[in-house]
Amino acid sequence: MTVVIEAQGLRKDFILTGRAGRFRRTRRVVSAVDGIDLTVERGEMLGYIGPNGAGKSTTLKMMTGVLTPSGGSVSVCGLRPVPQRTRLARHIGVVFGNRSQLWWDLPLRESYELLRHIYRVPAAEHAARLARCREMLDLDAFADTPVRQLSLGQRMRGEITAALLHDPEVLFLDEPTIGLDVVSKQAVRGFLAAVGATGDTTVVLTTHDLADIEKLTRRLVVIDHGQVVHDGSVESLHERYGSRRRVVVDLDAPPEDTRAHLDVLGPGITLEEASADRLRLSYALAGGANAGALVAALASVAPLRDLSVIEPDIEDVIARIYQR
Amino acid sequence: MLAAQARAQRSYRASFTVEVIGATVFTGLDLLTVLVIFRVTRTLGGFAFPSVFLMSTTSGLSFAAADLVVGNVEKLRLGIRTGQLDVLFIRPLGILRQLVATDFELRRIGRVIEGLVAVGIACALAHVAWSVPVALLLVLTVVSGTVFFGALFVAGATVTFWWIDSGEFANGFTYGGRDFTTYPVNVYGTFFRRLFAFGLGFAAVAYYPVLTLLHLPDPLGLPTWTGWLSPVVAAVAAAAATAAWRAGVRHYRSTGS
Repeated sequence: MTVVIEAQGLRKDFILTGRAGRFRRTRRVVSAVDGIDLTVERGEMLGYIGPNGAGKSTTLKMMTGVLTPSGGSVSVCGLRPVPQRTRLARHIGVVFGNRSQLWWDLPLRESYELLRHIYRVPAAEHAARLARCREMLDLDAFADTPVRQLSLGQRMRGEITAALLHDPEVLFLDEPTIGLDVVSKQAVRGFLAAVGATGDTTVVLTTHDLADIEKLTRRLVVIDHGQVVHDGSVESLHERYGSRRRVVVDLDAPPEDTRAHLDVLGPGITLEEASADRLRLSYALAGGANAGALVAALASVAPLRDLSVIEPDIEDVIARIYQR
Repeated sequence: MLAAQARAQRSYRASFTVEVIGATVFTGLDLLTVLVIFRVTRTLGGFAFPSVFLMSTTSGLSFAAADLVVGNVEKLRLGIRTGQLDVLFIRPLGILRQLVATDFELRRIGRVIEGLVAVGIACALAHVAWSVPVALLLVLTVVSGTVFFGALFVAGATVTFWWIDSGEFANGFTYGGRDFTTYPVNVYGTFFRRLFAFGLGFAAVAYYPVLTLLHLPDPLGLPTWTGWLSPVVAAVAAAAATAAWRAGVRHYRSTGS
């Protein structure tokens, strides 16, 4: 595997000046990104999440050559983003969810033609890629409308296409689903999944919509206050922050003996909640605890009416991280 | 790319026409002020109307050409303020080049054509003794002046990287510089003249080249060949502007999103 993105001790400080008294001004250094280490390999799909102001966009901007890092090092496709910005630009595609890189007054078709010249993409290759995007993202319906008249969902599909026409090695997406409706979100996610599935394009995605992460990425990097607080799979995040699967059972009659009923619990299983009449019981499963065994054991002490297994909610975990 | 810009601008047809007319009238008014002054006085700083008119028109033409080529750099302020400048950083082209080429304003071409006509009239009035060196000097002067004003536009815009609301400050130097070079530099007070004409190099835009073109002696006592130094001054200005621009780009802070 080849490393595509490598950051070591990456920092970005902003100096904020505030007023103190009538004439004096205070200077305060705020670290938006405070020492980030990150290695991304070719073909990976990486979800980059964090609360507002955590430094997600700032990190992306340093990786794409927009911002000059205050410290540490970063390399993307073997290039240093700021000094080698124009070379790097040919290797990466960037979508800023709340900025448009299309020409406001031109239709998509002409914007793409301009981009072809800017990136000097051979006409045949360009046409092939555009055809694929047109089909998958359903662009034809609005390819001749000036960008200013497009809906947000249409525009975002247009933006993603624009970022891919020069066949980038890395695709950076900063909140690509922000403000989109359900249908547009699904279209965007489906398309990104297809891009990622080819294994050639590395995708780095920041988002607030955790469904994006669950649907698209295996690897999750959570940052808070400019530092990485988690780097790994969604499962390992749950494990680390103690999220549990839950089994909720409805019984026809309460278990006769509470003692006996508690005895059936295996290792890693705890009774979380019991309704007043003990007709509904909720168990939390930690570690390798097995829902099947629990259900079988419960069935042997009381007749079951209904049962459900609830998967842990990633949003809860993230909320817990944010609130710390 | 330019063709697409033109198409985009023509999508607002009426406003395009109004702006072309407006721009043309305004440039005409600038030159009228020179005529008005000579209704009052016969000479200005010891120079008769044709010489001063030639200075005004060459400086005006240079300014118009610089405005056509890099005037768009003014848009930097908006780009910085909104963070929209981010988009230029992700493309494989220089930031300045993109800034200048996007929203290229065709209407500014009207002023350049007008400037050319005005210089032509001024040359005829001043009875320029045409020869190859004279023609060369005139071309060099206009090109250097364009570079000089262009550098000024860029340097002025660069300040916005540090200080976002510096538009008026920058205009003081660009538009102020054009007005300054409309008249012979010896009419200004000593301090003002030293600072602008020599310190910042404005004397090289039109004053000295026109003296050389018309074989007039310099009341300030510099030799005739000073008029040939414009390209040097322009090169220094361009180098300084480039350095400032690079530092500014490194300093770009973007905006939150």
